[in-house]
Amino acid sequence: MIDMALAIPERRRQLAQAVSEKISIRGVRFYYGDKLAVRDLSMPFYDRQVTAIIGPSGCGKSTLLRVLNRIYDLYPSQRAEGEVLLDGVNVLAPAQDVIALRARVGMVFQKPMPFPLSIHENVAFGLRLHRRMPRSEIDDRVEAALRRAALWNEVRDKLSASGLSLSGGQQQRLCIARTVAIEPEVILLDEPCSALDPISTAKIEELISDLALDHAIALVTHNMQQAARVSDYTAFMYLGELIEFDRTEKIFTAPRDPRTRNYVTGRFG
Amino acid sequence: MNLYRARRLRNAIASALAVGATAVGLCWLGMVLGILIWNGLGGLSLRLFVENTPPPGASGGLLNAIVGSTLLVLGAVALGTPLGMLAGTWMAEYGRYARLTPIMRFVNDILLSAPSIVVGLFVYEILVAPVGHFSGYAGVAALTLIVIPVVVRTTEDTLSLVPNELREAAASLGAPRDVLIRRLTYRAARAGLTTGVLLAVARVSGETAPLLFTALNNQFFSLNISGPLASLPAVIFKFALSPYKDWQALAWAGALLITGFVLTISIAARIWPRQRKPT
Repeated sequence: MIDMALAIPERRRQLAQAVSEKISIRGVRFYYGDKLAVRDLSMPFYDRQVTAIIGPSGCGKSTLLRVLNRIYDLYPSQRAEGEVLLDGVNVLAPAQDVIALRARVGMVFQKPMPFPLSIHENVAFGLRLHRRMPRSEIDDRVEAALRRAALWNEVRDKLSASGLSLSGGQQQRLCIARTVAIEPEVILLDEPCSALDPISTAKIEELISDLALDHAIALVTHNMQQAARVSDYTAFMYLGELIEFDRTEKIFTAPRDPRTRNYVTGRFG
Repeated sequence: MNLYRARRLRNAIASALAVGATAVGLCWLGMVLGILIWNGLGGLSLRLFVENTPPPGASGGLLNAIVGSTLLVLGAVALGTPLGMLAGTWMAEYGRYARLTPIMRFVNDILLSAPSIVVGLFVYEILVAPVGHFSGYAGVAALTLIVIPVVVRTTEDTLSLVPNELREAAASLGAPRDVLIRRLTYRAARAGLTTGVLLAVARVSGETAPLLFTALNNQFFSLNISGPLASLPAVIFKFALSPYKDWQALAWAGALLITGFVLTISIAARIWPRQRKPT
């Protein structure tokens, strides 16, 4: 269906022809203790598309992302209501196994957080969690993941060095490699570039476009140029509500809501 | 301009006071060490490590006391470390938001600062009085009760310093909590955890009061923990109070030995984590 000889942007344009819903959020509310942080939010995330979530600080965009893999489960005072359908199955249901869910929905955080292990072990860590496999297969998969994260050439000679010895941008790509290694279907990126310099940022953005060829991507970002550059769809959130969701070019050129227009043009107070 | 001058003057006075206070504190430490070395160095010889405590008037060493202390301290650390680490791990990881955790922390702090003689009396009541004789077991039990709160405290503190982002990163790969703790948080907190155990060793090696009620003392060489056991602090206590010159000399030597050991461990506990970069 997709001509692999084409450049990434071209292949992505082809993919955009027929999009399917990977995740649909239906009436989700999120509470930190008694405080309502996300109100009655519904929106889709399409397979093989990048969906950016933008909005001012505290609008609930990171919170929304944290609902999708139920990472909030770590904190007893946080809870979500409503439905998050992943391929039609509600993952907020109490019966959902969160470990199985997180193997399908990977997450990369704002702050690069390598494990206190070697570069190789950082990537192998996730692999060993889900399936027993021979050493040679682990090595192959580690290499494949590091290649996918555009990090292989920089670390191939020092796989046994500490993951913490890498630069910030390399650490973030290592975190992406370790997420990609377990072959999730959805990748959640929570401001993955906000701690990085422009060159590292450009590398990660390229990586996001590449990953969108075979993943559904949700990207929370403060950087509107970044949302405009890499995303196919954009959601604008404000005060815990979804104000507008549409194709990215629509949001940035002809938004329907005045609040969206004010925000994307930088006139928001 | 005047404001700046006044500020500089105040700064100079405050600095002088701070330096003075530090000097006073260090001065006592220096004197204690000085007197110890002055009196103990003479008695320090190989005989200390190969001969047992002598009867009054004879010559001898501290072998039985050194062996007894080693047994007691090793036993207490071997029992207290896993218990303390498990409790501390529960408080920092599983029970971080549980209502029980602050209560445990409070109770643990009380144990941590409880006079050790009370611990000795407690163990005497349950392990010595019913059995009818003093024993190394009772000594180990008393020292264990002192090790546990130290290890609980340092374990909880160092695990709490491990950033939550690390836990979230591991969880987001689908790591169950036990894998996360064993493979990542323990590793990230390794230096601190080791420091905690070393500090517990240092703390417990000098304890005298709880041993007087439990392991008591033993004039002879013994490896039998179900009977009374000699220990350095107990021997120092007994010999220092005696009227015999050679016993007093041995007490000084023993005191120097313990101080040197505790000092070495404490310094190691400070230096080790710094040299050991997280891998």
